[in-house]
Amino acid sequence: MVTYIVRRLFTAVLILLGASFLVYQLTALSGDPLADLRESNQPNKEQLIQQRVELLNLDVPAPLRYFHWLGGAAQCLVPFVGRCDLGFAINGQPVTEALGRAMGMTILLVTGAAILAVVIGVCLGIVTALRQYSTLDYGVTFMAFLFFSLPVFWVAVLLKEYAAIGFNNFLREPHIPPATIAVISLVSGVLWYICARGTVKRRLLAAVTGFVLAAGILWALSVTRWFSTPGLGLAVILIAGVAIAFGATTLAAGLKNRRALYSALAAVAVGLVSYFPLQPLLAQATTLMIALLAIATVLVGIGIGYLMGGYDRRQNINAAVITAVLVAGMVLLDRYMQAWPAYFDNSRINGRPIATIGSETPNLQGDYWVQGLDTFTHLLLPTIALLLISLASYSRYARSSMLEIMNMDYIRTARAKGLGERTVVMRHAFRNALIPIATIVAFDIGGLIGGAVITERVFAFAGMGQLFIEALLRVDPNPVMGVFLVTGIMALVFNLIADLLYSALDPRVRVKV
Amino acid sequence: MTTTTTSAPEIQGAGPEKQGLSQGQIVRKRFIGNTAAIASLVIFVLILVLAFSAGGFMGIPGWWKYTHNEVNDLINGGRPTLQLFPFNFGEHPFGQDRLGRDTFAQTMRGVQISVLVMFIIGIVGGAFGVVIGASAGYFRGWVDTVLMRLTDVVIVIPLIILAAVLGQMASRVVASNLQPLALGLMVGLVVWTGLARLVRAEFLSLREREFVDAARIAGASSTRIIFRHILPNAVGVIIVFVTLSMSSAILLETSLSYVGMGVKAPDVSLGLLISQNQEAFSTRPWLFWWPGMFIVAICLCINFIGDGLRDAFDPRQKKFSAKRARDVVARRPGPAGPAKEL
Repeated sequence: MVTYIVRRLFTAVLILLGASFLVYQLTALSGDPLADLRESNQPNKEQLIQQRVELLNLDVPAPLRYFHWLGGAAQCLVPFVGRCDLGFAINGQPVTEALGRAMGMTILLVTGAAILAVVIGVCLGIVTALRQYSTLDYGVTFMAFLFFSLPVFWVAVLLKEYAAIGFNNFLREPHIPPATIAVISLVSGVLWYICARGTVKRRLLAAVTGFVLAAGILWALSVTRWFSTPGLGLAVILIAGVAIAFGATTLAAGLKNRRALYSALAAVAVGLVSYFPLQPLLAQATTLMIALLAIATVLVGIGIGYLMGGYDRRQNINAAVITAVLVAGMVLLDRYMQAWPAYFDNSRINGRPIATIGSETPNLQGDYWVQGLDTFTHLLLPTIALLLISLASYSRYARSSMLEIMNMDYIRTARAKGLGERTVVMRHAFRNALIPIATIVAFDIGGLIGGAVITERVFAFAGMGQLFIEALLRVDPNPVMGVFLVTGIMALVFNLIADLLYSALDPRVRVKV
Repeated sequence: MTTTTTSAPEIQGAGPEKQGLSQGQIVRKRFIGNTAAIASLVIFVLILVLAFSAGGFMGIPGWWKYTHNEVNDLINGGRPTLQLFPFNFGEHPFGQDRLGRDTFAQTMRGVQISVLVMFIIGIVGGAFGVVIGASAGYFRGWVDTVLMRLTDVVIVIPLIILAAVLGQMASRVVASNLQPLALGLMVGLVVWTGLARLVRAEFLSLREREFVDAARIAGASSTRIIFRHILPNAVGVIIVFVTLSMSSAILLETSLSYVGMGVKAPDVSLGLLISQNQEAFSTRPWLFWWPGMFIVAICLCINFIGDGLRDAFDPRQKKFSAKRARDVVARRPGPAGPAKEL
């Protein structure tokens, strides 16, 4: 195993060396880095050209310059020395500095989109596989192909127009006209009809429920002017929490397992009880505190599940942890919503919260929650754009993987020995269907870090993609190399992780040692 | 094809005896039975016919009265004149841009260029992928090692940098009217990696099969074995992959043109049109909608065609499916619903 990893890493370094040489040469070949100065008519033109030549060593031919760059880059590998030298960008800024900041922004953007895409995509894929050839299946398949065919820059313009400018206009006077309520409720009814299962009567009943629910909620939101002062409040957290508890128990243990259900409900109760004591604490929140609270939430969930006892504590723990995390998420969301009016009325925001470009509002004054909201509103559009496009492939992968598993002999065996449908799907099929998906996800994440180039460009999001493409357009090899180094290492490492993961998850697959 | 009708005799195990179909016939029959794929194929062909006949091609004049870079008088603020009931093109069906250029002519030209680049990328990338993958998989040994490490290197290099650099180099060398061709050629030179890996894996398994041994014993040369014996067996995988990669190729081309690294003005492509007109979304939305709709339509059609081809070529379909069998039994004698395979 160790031999295998070492050998793979060794090959990876060789590949990286070869590829980085090529990238450097290609970038250097792609144009003239002095073009803008040559055409300028500043009086000190010659001097400026001389300066840039010295800064970027342009008097050295590109193949030799690469080794100069490599010498500096190699120092990055020596830990704790802090002598990492990736050269200078064309404007004189050190690349390490620009790269560090850009990397943080890109990771922020990509992580959220990737997690959401995987979770939603896999859920959709599994559900459509279980209900193959239904209207739901055809609908989701069509949507998947449609999303797959959307150019990201085109979606971006639409999002900016409707999700940002349109929504901001709506927020100025948050009143939903009756016609809109009717249309949205009708769509909701149709969706409920498609998703519901069983006889036509039952499905129609579901459609009516969906229609009434949507209409009621929208009407209430409009009348109470919820969008101006959003919040969840204890009542909503309680109702949603109980629903989550039942849902989580159904998935994790089945409703027959009363102890699991009580664990989940206990988790909801703990969440509600700690709601008020937490508020003063949350007023002075820091990232560290939120992280500690998140860990505490998981521990509480585990504790409740364990104390509940019974023949299978693991099922209790699963149900309780899922519920606890979701309820805690709602409490957190509620706190963010409380900060919304302060953010909305901030002089820098001026009542137009959803941002169309950029990654943060410059000079924004405000506490932890206002800053957090600022990040959210900037991340919202690029995340949706990335999500739509990657969602499609995950749902397709998950669907075909699940379909293949459901036709396996061991699924038939599981059914034949009388296991319930939940156990068959969740225990036997779902876990095995996740194996190929896990490796695809690991493989994709490596590519995703560098794959947000166009998205970042359209939304003027100051991440690595933006850094990369601007440098490329200015024939500036050093930032290009910096970004390439990060994405290349990521791609190779995650590639290795994907292979190792596959052999770890599926014992039939052995790595070649 | 409704799967239920074909799988029913399979389950009973005693179908009426009839003459067997060749592999090609089976695939064709399955593909033609796939409504979504056939509809997409028809729409795609219609789009191509519209674009190439309206704009004219290779010096042959088209039937549309304006060309894509001709500046006309603005009529009615450049609003689209297309009417559906009664159908009437009007003066400028898709409207005009700020300068008065006809959007219909621009969009048709954009479709031509984008589709052309897409096909070139598909063909060049496909040819490279097949040759490299086949050599690596068939000869193994050092050939395999060298080619696969080369593939790894190309995979690690971000596609956009290769496409951008090669495209820019091409645009400096080649005359401007051949630029899209050069762009397609260059991008094709870097998108073969996925196909090469796939073909290699296919060849690695096929070369161990008995019919290859038989051919070798009969004295066939390597070339003959590769082209006559192994390649026809791998052709399904290749066709499907190339088709689906074409849909990403058209998105890649439009993205490159969008960031200014692909097709450049005065020529137009769909991505370039959107890039030029995105600022005008609130004042002249048609400039933005039409090219975008065509990108989505073309890409969607190709995806459905590729999906249909995958279903048609997939040998796993012949396998017995317990669920399907149960469904058939449960549904009989009711009408068999349209079945789509995966």
